This record gives sequence, structure tokens and C-alpha cells, in this order.
Amino acid sequence: MSVATDTTPSSSLRKPGLWSGFWNFLVYGANTRPGEPRAPFCRHALFVRITHWLNAGILTVMLMSGLQIFNATPALYWGQQSDFAHPILSFPAYQNADGEIVRGETKIGSWTFNTTGVLGASRVDGQMAARAFPDWATIPGPQWLALGRVWHFFFAWLLVTNGALFALYAFARGHIRDLAPSLSDIRNLPHEIVEHARLRFPKGEAAKRYNALQKLAYFTVIFVLGPLVVLTGLTMSPTMDAAFPFLPWIFGGRQTARTIHFICAFSFFAFFIVHMIMVFLSGTWNNIRSMITGRYRIEEGGGHG
Amino acid sequence: MADASRRNLLRGLAVGASAVALSGCKSVSQTQWVQGVLYSAEGLTRRVQRLFAGRDALATEYSKADIAPVFRTNGTLNPPTSEYQKHVAEGFANWRVVVNGLVEHPLSLSLADLRKLPSRTQITRHDCVEGWSCIGEWTGVPLRIVLAMAKPKENARYAVFYCADPMDDSDDDGVADSNFYYESHDLIEATHPQTLLAYALNGRPLPVANGAPVRLRAERQLGYKQAKYVQRVELVESYAHIAGGKGGYWEDQGYNWYGGI
Repeated sequence: MSVATDTTPSSSLRKPGLWSGFWNFLVYGANTRPGEPRAPFCRHALFVRITHWLNAGILTVMLMSGLQIFNATPALYWGQQSDFAHPILSFPAYQNADGEIVRGETKIGSWTFNTTGVLGASRVDGQMAARAFPDWATIPGPQWLALGRVWHFFFAWLLVTNGALFALYAFARGHIRDLAPSLSDIRNLPHEIVEHARLRFPKGEAAKRYNALQKLAYFTVIFVLGPLVVLTGLTMSPTMDAAFPFLPWIFGGRQTARTIHFICAFSFFAFFIVHMIMVFLSGTWNNIRSMITGRYRIEEGGGHG
Repeated sequence: MADASRRNLLRGLAVGASAVALSGCKSVSQTQWVQGVLYSAEGLTRRVQRLFAGRDALATEYSKADIAPVFRTNGTLNPPTSEYQKHVAEGFANWRVVVNGLVEHPLSLSLADLRKLPSRTQITRHDCVEGWSCIGEWTGVPLRIVLAMAKPKENARYAVFYCADPMDDSDDDGVADSNFYYESHDLIEATHPQTLLAYALNGRPLPVANGAPVRLRAERQLGYKQAKYVQRVELVESYAHIAGGKGGYWEDQGYNWYGGI
């Protein structure tokens, strides 16, 4: 990360109008008037910004096409093969006497929840249908396994390529040091959690680094969840299992790998939700701008931690 | 520009982008050039997987204790044609597996002929494209032995498997009667040591629901590549002229020809 030296705005950026207004926002931020120095701190390198947004789009397609594939067998199992009578998680649908789908359930172990309308059974073109995840959550919308797979496996290549490029960059340019939690970060964790819970975020110098919770979250998502979702995905491929028999072995079977793959997908989703909340709580526009142009306004103050 | 209008502009852009992304999924998937781009990854996947798995990497074989109590059935469970039902009644005594096309010595093998050939028994995991798995013990003739007897010609590239189960109901009487199931494999997969013309499941003659009397086992591929009720194996240079031209019944419905993932 570097501190930008250019702090004088060029006059061309001060013209009013829709596009220059948008541009001003990107450069100065919503809280800065034209004429004031531009937000001086470059928080995210261009390479990080590009891979971040590509990843956001790719993961969205991966999750939604993955749910389409999941809908073909709306149940999860443990072990090498499917113990059809004992799924860990399932989304059964029930018909009435006329054969109409009337109820959808979510079953986790021995617990059953009525999730009609969203999970297990939901409307497709106004008609109740048996499907684990609803059409607004899947790519393509209607039940279409063949195309869901084609989307998934095309974007899987993009995900792996984008992830590999980011990892190369992170190690080559030392960005990994910004991300990897240090021992003092770990020691500081309880304090960080308390500060976050009180919605007190780092200011001044401390705001120029990722805090311990950010490091832990980003590092885990990128370097643990990322590889894990790829490896469990490959374990579902019979040809890859023939090439690398240790894959199903380390995950305890193809069906276990499928279950872990599913958990990974929803861990990404949980991260996304928390990520959105944190972006919102710690300065929405400042954060979004810093991820688009890199520029981040540091609030003065002693910082903490 | 005021904060409020800046925010509204951004909000508008974000909402617009997500609306396009969400509402367009079905029509986008139906767009020809989008499909062209998406399907283009299949060749890459096949080449890379082949690079790792090579010709002969074997699918994991399991122990007797791993065999599922009931082997899951899927797809056609009992071909409804009178021809097939006659074969069932005759105990498949007149069933033939024909090997023809680009071969020096066309073959017509009865079940007894197949059983006389060297056999292989393997306990393997069947992986369905839908996501489930089931372990069973298969016995049959390695297809490479049958193909060696037939002597494929130089230009033979694919083995096409023609099946006895009809998939479409042309006269709408609720019984399938046309568009018979077929599948194809390249010769790498067809001559893989674990690729069998299987006639037994778990030590018993193949049940009707599992593809009696002969089905294909191609253990490094998904279930839909493992044709049931096999009547003919034709060696061809290209499958473009057969049925929908995509190399298999499900491939003609949009599924990938490469079924290794």
C-alpha cells in the first residue's frame, strides 16, 4: 500500500454534471467538497481492486449456479456414498391429494422447519414446484441442471484463475503481510471484538492497516475457504478422483466433500453478509470509493489497538 | 453535485445492475452466443483432466463392506417396448451385442459369448450427475477385449453405444416408444481397463432396472455416460450424424459430452 502524493485536484474534475459528479464522488468521496484536497490515502492497490470486483461477480454466479446443481439432489450426505434414508440436510416437498405441491420443508438432522414458499417448495411462474432453492436464487432460474453445470464449470475456471493471480500478486508484492494475522493481532483479538461490538473503528494511522478481525476474516476466506471450495468441488469429479485418489480420502468421501462444498458456499455467503454490514457501519461511501479508486479518507484521531 | 443526488445515482446504478443480473438469467442462458462461450470451457476441462488422469489412472475400488444394500436406480427402469419385454420373457437368451462400424471384424455376441470371455469384477462408486453416489460390485468383459477382437480401423475415434430403452413418447399414449438412448466415449475411455460391458451386479445377473442384460461401466465418468440395455457398439470417426449430433441422449438435451466432472 502506498500514500498518494497528488493532493491537488485538477480543475477539469470540478465541472458540475452527472458524470463529473460521479467522478468527483469517486475521487473525493461524498463527504468531500470539490476544491478540498482529494482523499489522500490509497488504501487498495489497483490489482487488488480489480481482482476483488471480478471475484464478487464470479462468486455470485458460482453460488447461484451451484444452488441450481444442488436442486437436482436436494439433500446432503456424509461418507463415500449417499445413505438416502439418512440425509444430514434435505428439502423435501409434499403434495396434496390432487398432486399439487403444497408444502416445502427444511430438515436438518431430526429437526424439521416449514419453509414453504422459499425452501423445499416455491413458485415458478406462479405455480408451486418442488425445488430446494427458489428460482430467484438459481442460475438459470427454472430447473435446468445441464445449463447450471455449464455456468458453474465455466466460472470455476475464472474463479481459479482470478484467485491464482491474486495469490501470486499477494506473495510477490508483499500484500500477504497486510493480510496474514500476526501474533500480536491474535493477542489483540478480544480487544478488537469489543471495539467492533461498540462500533468503534480504527482512526488515523491505525485505519491504514487492516485490523485483526479484518485480517482474520480476509485471510481465512481467501486462503482457507478458497482452496477448500475448489478441492471439495474437484473431489466430486470421478475423473479427478481417479487421478488423485487422495482427494476423496482426505475429505472422507465424495458425499462428505459435497457437504463441505455446500458449507463452504454458505460460508462465503455469510462472509458477504457480514462484509456488507461492516462496510455500511464503518463508512459506506468511503469504503466503496476506496475499493473502486483506492482513495480512502482517513478520519483523524488517535486510533486504537 | 449534491450528496443526495450522487447517492441516488449510485443507488440507481447498483439496482439497475442487479436487476439485469437477476431477471436475465433464464433468457441469458438461452442466448446462443452465451451458450457458445459457456460450453467452450468443456474442452479445456477435458484436456486438463486427461492430463492429470492419463489413459489408465484407475477409479478407486472399494471393499465388499462398502457395497450399498440397494443399488439406486435412475432413468429408464424397465424399457416398455414389446421387443424388450420379449427378451425379458426369454431370459435374454436371444440378446445380442453387435460390434460394428469402423472395425475389421464385426461381431455379434450373445450373453453366453460374453460370459466366456475374460471377466473383471470391480467394486466402484457410481456418481450421478444429479449429485448422489452409490457403491456396487460390477462384473463384465473389459470392453478393450471385445474391441481388440473386432479390430478397430485406423480412423475409428469414438465408440457409440445404442440402447434398447426409448426416451420419447411419439404417440402420446404415456408409453415411450422412440428416440432410443445412446451414448458415446472416445477410445481412451472405451479401452480403459475398468470400462466393462457389465452383465452382473453384486454377483447376480444385472437387474432390469439397472440395465439388463448388459450395461456399460465407465468408472471415471458420470452415470449418464454409462449406457444401460446395450445392444450395439458402433465405432465411428464422428458422432455428429447420429440423432441430435451431440454424442448422447442427454448431450442432445444440453448436458456436456465430457462427463468426467
